[in-house]
Amino acid sequence: MAAHGAAAAVHDEQHHSSTGVDNTKMAMWAFLGSECLFFGSLISTYLLYRNRVLDGPRPHEIYDIPYTSVSSFVLLMSSLTMVLALAAIQRRDMRGCRIWLLATAMLGMIFIGGQIYEFTTFVEEGLKLSTSTFGSSFFVMTGFHGAHVTVGIFMLLALFGMSMFGRLDDADGPRKVELIGLYWHFVDIVWIVIFTVVYLVPTN
Amino acid sequence: MTHSNPLEPEEPGHHPGPSTYVKVAVILAIVTAIEVALSYIPGASPALIVTGLLVMALAKFVLVALYFMHLRFDNPLFRRLFVTGVILALIVFAVYLTTLFARGGAAPLVTGS
Repeated sequence: MAAHGAAAAVHDEQHHSSTGVDNTKMAMWAFLGSECLFFGSLISTYLLYRNRVLDGPRPHEIYDIPYTSVSSFVLLMSSLTMVLALAAIQRRDMRGCRIWLLATAMLGMIFIGGQIYEFTTFVEEGLKLSTSTFGSSFFVMTGFHGAHVTVGIFMLLALFGMSMFGRLDDADGPRKVELIGLYWHFVDIVWIVIFTVVYLVPTN
Repeated sequence: MTHSNPLEPEEPGHHPGPSTYVKVAVILAIVTAIEVALSYIPGASPALIVTGLLVMALAKFVLVALYFMHLRFDNPLFRRLFVTGVILALIVFAVYLTTLFARGGAAPLVTGS
């Protein structure tokens, strides 16, 4: 008991700042705030250029809304599995946590597989990075989002591996899952905006 | 639970349970289905469609941030950090739009190879 108390004290000393909040969590929120600016710029650029097409297909000619809707649904549900993984580890249900972490990573992989297929289809239909400013802004924006999802998948798999070797069993485990979860949910809310603004809002 | 003092240490034990998360996910799925259906309504006013889509996207954004990211339950300092980022992003967006209108409503045409 005394050892547990000492470990908790060391944990508090390591992760709590003078503001009284977890400094790693605050760093993650500051990072996510800066990421809002990053994706805000990419989405704004896309909106400026999406109707500037001299060559190649226009947005409404190549978007497959039903297909992208399914991808969006998959990513939304991955947010649910992620938060269920956090709820499981907070109950010290390590097996449940591992299952939900793996489910989240799998859903992320399905989303990325869908995006690769979509990109391939677009290239076959004549839309490449250099075809038009619409193509450039579309591929850069969705490509960066896909890269973020891919990084998230690696972090989820790393968490799963850590869990398998008992590295999430200590008092710090839930915090680690929560930090990666914040990143994952952020990637999801960016896609909520991209799906609506890029795919669903009608073009001229 | 909300904190009145941003310097007050967070209490992560007050997160909602799995049933709340599932309810939020069901709402998100339904709103997404309505969004897709709205974009297919023939003859509807584009202004109405765009407004509806943006309102629903905002609702989904807020639901994920408040419940899945626990901004509703965590220390208000995190909410302020994130909202600051969102506001700055909106300012960037406004600057882009201003640039667009200053050019007479069109971005420059650039052709690829």
